[in-house]
Amino acid sequence: MNPETLSGDTVIDAVSAVFLVVGALMSLAAAVGLLRFPDLMTRMHAATKPQVLGLFLLLSALGLQMRTWWVWPVLVVAWIFQLLTVPVSAHMVGRAGYRTKHLHPELLSTDELEAVVQQAAGTRGFTDDDEVTDRR
Amino acid sequence: MMQLVLTVTAVVLSLAAGGAIIRIARGPSLLDRVLAADVLLAILGAALCIDMAVNRHLNNLMLLVAVSLIGFVGSVTVARFVADRREKPRES
Repeated sequence: MNPETLSGDTVIDAVSAVFLVVGALMSLAAAVGLLRFPDLMTRMHAATKPQVLGLFLLLSALGLQMRTWWVWPVLVVAWIFQLLTVPVSAHMVGRAGYRTKHLHPELLSTDELEAVVQQAAGTRGFTDDDEVTDRR
Repeated sequence: MMQLVLTVTAVVLSLAAGGAIIRIARGPSLLDRVLAADVLLAILGAALCIDMAVNRHLNNLMLLVAVSLIGFVGSVTVARFVADRREKPRES
C-alpha cells in the first residue's frame, strides 16, 4: 500500500471519528435539554437533535468506515425514513401537548393556534379543552 | 484512534441515556415521558451506529432501518389517547 492511499485512509478515519463524536454529543445535548428545559415544547425542540442531525452524522461515519458504495443507499433509506416519521410523532405529541395545556403560554412569542382553537370551541359551544381534544 | 472514539462515545451516550431515563422517571406528564422514550430510542440507534462504524460490520443495519421506520408508532399511539388528568394545569 503506497503512502498516498494510507493518508487518504487516515483522513477518512479522522472525519468519521469527528462525525461519531459530534453525533454522540447530539444525544447528550438532547438529554441536557430534556432535563433543563421548562416545558414540553422546548423539550421537543431539544429531542429532535439526535433524531435528525445526530443520526445523519452517525450514518455518514458508518458509510465512511465501511469503504463500500453499496451501503450508502441503505443508509440514505434509513435517514429518509427517519425524516418522514419523526415529524409525524412530533406533530401528534405537540398537538396533544397543546390541547392538554402542557406549555407555558408566557414563554411563547406567538401562538397562532389559539385563535383557531377558540373559534372551534365557540362554534360548537364548548369551552372545555377535553371536548376540543376529542374533536381533533 | 477508533478505540478512543468508542470510549468517548460510550461515556457520552451513557450520560445521555441516563438523562433521558431520569426524565422518563421524573417527567411530570405522560407526554414528557413519551418524548424522553423517543430520545432513548434515538440514543439506542446512535449506539448501534457507533458499534457498526467502530467494529466495521453491518449486522445491525436492518435493525436500524426498522427502528427509524416504525419508531414513531409508540409516541403517536400514546399522544392520541393522552388526556389532561392534572388537578392544576401548567405545573410542568
